[in-house]
Amino acid sequence: MASEKPVSADLRSIPHLLARNVATFGNKDAYREKEFGIWQSWTWAEVADEIDALAMGLLTLDIKSGDHVAIIGRNRPYLYWAMVAVQKAGGVPVPLYQDAVADEIAYVLDHCGARFIVAQDQEQVDKVLEIQENLSTTLDHMIYLDPRGLRKYDPSRLSSYKAIQDAGRAAAAELQPEIARRVDALGYDDTCVMLYTSGTTGRPKGVVLSNRNIIETSKNSSEFDDLQPGDEILAYLPMAWVGDFIFSIGQAYWTGFCVNCPESAETMHTDLREIGPTYYFAPPRVFETQLTNVMIRMEDAGRLKQWLFHHFMAHAKKVGPDLLDGNSVGFADRLKYKLGDLFVYGPLKNTLGFSRVRVGYTAGEAIGPEIFDFYRSLGINLKQLYGQTEASVFITQQPDGEVRSDTVGVPSPGVELKIADNGEVYYRSPGVFVKYFKNDESTADTKDAEGWVATGDAGFIEEGTGHLRIIDRAKDVGKMADGSMFAPKYVENKLKFFPNILEAVVFGDGKEKCTAFLNIDLTAVGNWAERNNIAYSSYQELAGHPQVLDTMQRHVEEVNASVAQDPMLSGCQVHRFVVLHKQLDADDGELTRTLKVRRRIIEEKFADILTALYDGSETVSTETEVTYEDGRKGSIKATLDVRDAAVSAVQRMAAE
Amino acid sequence: MNDMSQGNYTTADGRKIGNTLMEMKNITLRFGGVVAIKDISFDIHEGEIRAIIGPNGAGKSSMLNVVSGFYHPQEGEVWFRGEKRPPMKPYEVARLGIARTFQNIALFEGMSVLDNIMTGRLNHMKSSMFSQMLWKGKAEREEVENREVVEKVIDFLEIQAIRKTPVGRLPYGLKKRVELARALAAEPKLLLLDEPMAGMNVEEKEDMSRFILDVNDEFGTTIALIEHDMGVVMDLSDRVVVMDYGKKIGDGTPDEVRNNQDVIDAYLGVSHD
Repeated sequence: MASEKPVSADLRSIPHLLARNVATFGNKDAYREKEFGIWQSWTWAEVADEIDALAMGLLTLDIKSGDHVAIIGRNRPYLYWAMVAVQKAGGVPVPLYQDAVADEIAYVLDHCGARFIVAQDQEQVDKVLEIQENLSTTLDHMIYLDPRGLRKYDPSRLSSYKAIQDAGRAAAAELQPEIARRVDALGYDDTCVMLYTSGTTGRPKGVVLSNRNIIETSKNSSEFDDLQPGDEILAYLPMAWVGDFIFSIGQAYWTGFCVNCPESAETMHTDLREIGPTYYFAPPRVFETQLTNVMIRMEDAGRLKQWLFHHFMAHAKKVGPDLLDGNSVGFADRLKYKLGDLFVYGPLKNTLGFSRVRVGYTAGEAIGPEIFDFYRSLGINLKQLYGQTEASVFITQQPDGEVRSDTVGVPSPGVELKIADNGEVYYRSPGVFVKYFKNDESTADTKDAEGWVATGDAGFIEEGTGHLRIIDRAKDVGKMADGSMFAPKYVENKLKFFPNILEAVVFGDGKEKCTAFLNIDLTAVGNWAERNNIAYSSYQELAGHPQVLDTMQRHVEEVNASVAQDPMLSGCQVHRFVVLHKQLDADDGELTRTLKVRRRIIEEKFADILTALYDGSETVSTETEVTYEDGRKGSIKATLDVRDAAVSAVQRMAAE
Repeated sequence: MNDMSQGNYTTADGRKIGNTLMEMKNITLRFGGVVAIKDISFDIHEGEIRAIIGPNGAGKSSMLNVVSGFYHPQEGEVWFRGEKRPPMKPYEVARLGIARTFQNIALFEGMSVLDNIMTGRLNHMKSSMFSQMLWKGKAEREEVENREVVEKVIDFLEIQAIRKTPVGRLPYGLKKRVELARALAAEPKLLLLDEPMAGMNVEEKEDMSRFILDVNDEFGTTIALIEHDMGVVMDLSDRVVVMDYGKKIGDGTPDEVRNNQDVIDAYLGVSHD
């Protein structure tokens, strides 16, 4: 694959794509950000000017080719520009999760040996200052975006973004040729970006992605969905996540569409409505939350509105997906759907901010079929994809017209798939990462000599359609004591499809029976409590309320009935469960930063509760350490009820 | 060492404190036969955070109301920026550049957060009612200018997400923040805060403390505040006035006040045998 030539010699890096965009549509909006209540915008030409100034500013700080520059903050145009400016100056951008605590940041900064940091505000600067002394590498300089609160800080190693840009502009005449030289030196196989994977086990690993990885992947995926310069996206997912890099930089620079940044994390939904993106990505959890909110608000609506909503939603469920897939639908049904669009679907899509969505994706976790169908029946082209940081996102995705909730689609253009004997999915593509930074051992474990990469997921390719179906993480799939297959994710997903359940963790590998930890969804359960006049003063109290436990028990039993239908996995029915007294949280290490469950850590941390699930006790007292947002630690004590759930008889083939 | 009581010094964290901005001279305030404030004098320097503390009923809020011009003391003089201030109506005081928040939130519950904060700009609107009705020329220009100031305050206090929300729907802690926003929108020289942390949880208190420090730091606004939470007061303020039963029993830096025997007695109580 390394023999493939760049798409064009002129387009071998992000700075080169930027130059092309300025030349082709310099006056078109490239970035927008809501600030002071108004959408501010920058054209491609203006963006190039800002990036140039910062790149030259970095030269005044004596940045060397190959230097790592960490970028920490929420999605802001200035930080996206910083990434490209670093590339122009010959460096490698390393975006970090902004909500990472100081320890996590320390590890990454130390590992990549970052010489510079571009931080959004005082909060991020403080985090770095806190750990600075412990870093073995010498951090040279920090650049901050928002000067607020930083006036009194020692300015010798701290400058504002603007000051650096001004310094760059002032010396433009002498620095311009050096920038040109460094951009010219960028090769197709040079590093484009380094992204740290959150990792469900162990320390994060630095995934090195080359210009080839990013540009080839962006090209292929943009063509797959026919993305246009006129498209709009909302950049609201963590900048350190590979998806955001591909959407907001890779594809945006390849096709030239506009990246919109929300005013703040809390205003994201309002901003989504105002922008009305045409290309949208959200993890299943976001879609779930939105649906839950819609349903809660519908319960407050008047009779007529409720009737209208339910009547037309039923119709949408019947014909909506067919209309979207272009299947034939009767005239009367079409007419009724149009009517529904006028009264219900249109206004609802507008409220959700999805009026203009042409291509929508979800990935990362399985999405509930009801949730998936809800959005599709409204006429929103929501699809699934399957990806990894190591693949520059895309492994498989669903083409228009072949969308189902139980598969993750066909291989993306340029991707080859193979299934190993143990069921693990392997892939090979132009997007396959170069290496893990300073970790040859892991690189060798993951990527073989021929370029095949292990996904760590077990799955199979469906006969006939060629769609990939994922069962579970390969290492999580185990055996019950009686030898039947144990696939926790399968059961957890079924549990999580209930709006009341936010998170579920199922145990049972090597055991006789399965058990589970559950987290309530505070929005849904809180609303239910309000309606039923159930008073509660804290999350913990609500989670332990007997009526809440009853509801949870019903949900578990329903899931058991559904699991029993599957002869292969019927052993995975949940016999006993506990509703946890705290929400599983990435700050406590129980979830990854991308909100995936870290089983081993949860098992260790709640070992006492897990024991209680298996020793038959009815209650368990526990004390749990929690980490607050500012890094301080505290602990909460609780006594939890352990509940038994009825299991359904296993449906067996007539064994005669 | 600087003599802090005279003003004109630089604090340990690098803030410049200027001359006397306001001076209260021998203030006595009576309600009928009740003496709320008895012969109190103190000053407020430009750029400092000045706290007034004391047990319940000590006369703190009355003192703040004298500073804000709402109460007119029977005896004593109020000097503001080198001039003796005659008895004034509250709106005249506001024009001098003094803004305040209230102990028990005084916002327009039915109006949006944005509109509430816009009311803080009232003193900066010069166009007539008639031209505002027609929404032409000066009125429109003024509104845009004022909105810009308000948006900066909204950004500063991080309340973008509730810009259009009616105040009545907000939780208590956010209402307090909106009230601070309205006071800030007036771009005051002197900001009076009446128990800004009352009824807040620890996290809300931390947020509010940070905002108060940032306001002082970013805009150089002089701040006088009343507060019950001793921890907050000692951390935030440059100098503290302590009142008890209408009298001043202490005045100085937080450390001085903390070690003042009268203050300890007033807070912890003394036996009378």
